[in-house]
Amino acid sequence: MTSRYDSIFLDRVARAIVPVVQVFAFYVITHGHYSPGGGFQGGVMLAASIILLRISTGEESFERFPRQAGIGLAGVGALLFALLGFLPLLFGGAFLEYGMAIPGMDPVTLRYWGIFFAELFIGFLVWGALVAIYDALTTGGVD
Amino acid sequence: MRILAVVLMALLGGALAWGAQGLPPRGDPGSPASSHEGVSVHYIENAYAESRTPNMVTAVLADYRGFDTFGEAVVVVTAAVACLLILLRSGAPAGGASSGAGGVAPGRRKEPS
Repeated sequence: MTSRYDSIFLDRVARAIVPVVQVFAFYVITHGHYSPGGGFQGGVMLAASIILLRISTGEESFERFPRQAGIGLAGVGALLFALLGFLPLLFGGAFLEYGMAIPGMDPVTLRYWGIFFAELFIGFLVWGALVAIYDALTTGGVD
Repeated sequence: MRILAVVLMALLGGALAWGAQGLPPRGDPGSPASSHEGVSVHYIENAYAESRTPNMVTAVLADYRGFDTFGEAVVVVTAAVACLLILLRSGAPAGGASSGAGGVAPGRRKEPS
């Protein structure tokens, strides 16, 4: 993709920025409890970091983030979110009611962690879905 | 048919505008949603005590209204799957990632069989 117009500045700057963007994206996801942010916003930033790799390093980015990984990550994220929702049913709760009556565990803490994992799975889901859409638009998607 | 469509849309838009007249003013503290009969006051007063989450918006998004958020997440996945189904390229050269041209226009659509 960049073989004819290779730019060492573009390549190096993108390689330096991408890890920072990804770390900040995980901060946005995990800090959703205390500040604006959460799974959707952090997932978009993670997808943006991968798309930056796709644009700047071309073919090489498929070795780091394979073509099939996008839609796979989206599906796994949705599945884990659904399983997280079904988990309370085993303990007599309602769908997605994290505050289960498990002996020895504080319902408030359980809700805290329920929110955390819901945001995390939403982040993975949005990450994979947006990269999959980008790949489909530019290269025709999964073979 | 175009005239019928325009008339139908005008009627629908008019009905929506007429229905919107019955909504309470924005920010009205006396509206049913903001009073103690509604859920807003419960969220504001109990969100931290019930979920230990200082950000009330996150508590509402992921806990109180978790089913709504689950639907949103499924919509995102559905959009990605629909994009792949429409743009999926069949018969790509062997090797896929290594030989596929990144950034080329979308290839042939899969022929319905």
